[in-house]
Amino acid sequence: MDWFKKKKGISTIEKKALPDGLWIKCESCGEIIYRNQLKSRMHVCPKCNYHFRVNSWEYISYLFDEKSFAEFNADIQPGDPLKFKDKKRYSDRLKDAQKATGLNDAVVTGIATINGQQVIAAVMDFTFIGGSMGSVVGEKIARAIDKSREERVPLIIVSSSGGARMMEGALSLMQLAKTSAKLSQLSDEGIPFISILTDPTTGGTTASFAMLGDIHIAEPDALIGFAGQRVIKQTIGQDLPPGFQRAEFLKKHGFIDIIVNRREMRETVSKILTILWPQKSAAGEQKKKENKE
Amino acid sequence: MRKNFKMILEFEKPIIELEKKITEMEDYARDTGLDLSEDIKRLSRKAQSLQKEIYSKLTPWQRVQLARHPDRPYTLDYIKYIVTDFLELHGDRYFADDPAIIAGIGMINGERVAIVGHQKGRDVKENLFRNFGMAHPEGYRKARRVMNLAAKFDLPIISFLDTPGAYPGIGAEERGQAEAIAKNLLEMSHLPVPIIIAIIGEGASGGALGIGVGDVILMMENCWYSVISPEGCAAILWRDNAKAPQAAEVMKLTASDLLELNIIDKIIKEPQGGAHWDHEQSASILKKHLLEEIHVLKQLDVKELLQKRVEKFSQMGYWVDPEPKKRSKRKSK
Ligand SMILES: [Zn+2]
Repeated sequence: MDWFKKKKGISTIEKKALPDGLWIKCESCGEIIYRNQLKSRMHVCPKCNYHFRVNSWEYISYLFDEKSFAEFNADIQPGDPLKFKDKKRYSDRLKDAQKATGLNDAVVTGIATINGQQVIAAVMDFTFIGGSMGSVVGEKIARAIDKSREERVPLIIVSSSGGARMMEGALSLMQLAKTSAKLSQLSDEGIPFISILTDPTTGGTTASFAMLGDIHIAEPDALIGFAGQRVIKQTIGQDLPPGFQRAEFLKKHGFIDIIVNRREMRETVSKILTILWPQKSAAGEQKKKENKE
Repeated sequence: MRKNFKMILEFEKPIIELEKKITEMEDYARDTGLDLSEDIKRLSRKAQSLQKEIYSKLTPWQRVQLARHPDRPYTLDYIKYIVTDFLELHGDRYFADDPAIIAGIGMINGERVAIVGHQKGRDVKENLFRNFGMAHPEGYRKARRVMNLAAKFDLPIISFLDTPGAYPGIGAEERGQAEAIAKNLLEMSHLPVPIIIAIIGEGASGGALGIGVGDVILMMENCWYSVISPEGCAAILWRDNAKAPQAAEVMKLTASDLLELNIIDKIIKEPQGGAHWDHEQSASILKKHLLEEIHVLKQLDVKELLQKRVEKFSQMGYWVDPEPKKRSKRKSK
């Protein structure tokens, strides 16, 4: 839930020293990289393999076939059901986030292809209030799951989220139950769900759909966990071991199937789908669908 | 009615003072043989109306304090008064038994049931054992195991929610706290038996919801349920734990808030002064409602039951959907 935490190692002075934003400094190794080169490498550092956080539309362009993604439920808007106000009004936070990101809320959903194979996709966006899950995120993901079930098309959710959104209180919490309930229906229908966990995936997002995939794929070094590190540190009164709550830690403890470099993500997902949901059965699936109707 | 409480909340003090005075007068009357019955009656009435007045305008933060009251009935107290032939079952079959969650089987007025619930401790020693009602993954997995048992043998499930949160620790993360909770949410969404949720104290976030998916959600009057504790919310949004009362105010976490938000189905009245004033009466009120719900839910066939359960959670939330499919859709480059 540390949405407002500054990213490590990047100070405003350093940022300013880079001319025109043409160059960007690796947050991990400090290498100065030409921005276009970084883009062509899917925001993976050429020197140290650090995976930069990217927004939903960037991720969409990296994961799916070119021009294949068609967004749905784009116009669903968040509201302020609690009239929530801390130092700032939630309604203002929303407006600011919408202005800054061009998104309505923290997830983009749609239909796309991966190496020609159709998928339903939900891609979260950390730049929108820390990718937090409020009602709109829950609802759009729920509808994506419904669509996946109705169309009998595999589901892919890319998570990057600090957890449930505080400013919608218990309504946010209930989105955990909503998405999980929908996934129980999808699972009962035997349609594959691949969960891709990127940096960071924590709190209520991890404690619901992100951990309910048939296959769990994480990006290298992604922070993945339930409780926030500060809270854990305070509770146990000692420092956390190195690598704690990182993708490798989760894999070691049995909660991640594979760790995959972003640049190989499309091929890996494609391979999984070819085995779990082969194209040749597409005709058969169509028939099943027709029989249902 | 009068008890020796472990803790007296600030706003309860005037009531407790009056009660003390009444006791003193009774003692004095007994010792001296004087007839003070009129005065005692008058004071008792005053205490009653004072309590009524104070409790009619409790702030959200005061409700939070009541929900945490160390004299409040816990899961095992409700079980004691509600369930007969209760048999507690232990362990998740993988790692350990988690005393922060109770699971078992028993009878309520001839109805076979399975019970799960968070369990707090009443003193330091007990709290260390119960980990203050903060469960580890094995607790959620034990609950799941017993709920699956219930489904197998067609027992309705009753789940008591009362936790300050799932435990944030190294071992909990290593053993998959998030996965354990997520799996419960999914499983509880399609277990083919009635599930009744009763929030009896604190409902803190995923730690509470982890055994909180069901067909009917009942909430005792003086409880809170939200996405985070008021302290946690204050720490993040105000950067100051001491702002918890303000956070409680804006979070809409009380029973009446949640009824309005369509998250719970029913508020269960507590005895005057709160559940901690009378465990037995609290339990008997709750029991009546539990039985009612069991009888209603047992009438539904499984398909309808599950459909309604998913629908129930599907409608939760607030969003604006302006005429879908009107605007052009965005395409990736
Ligand atoms: Zn680097």
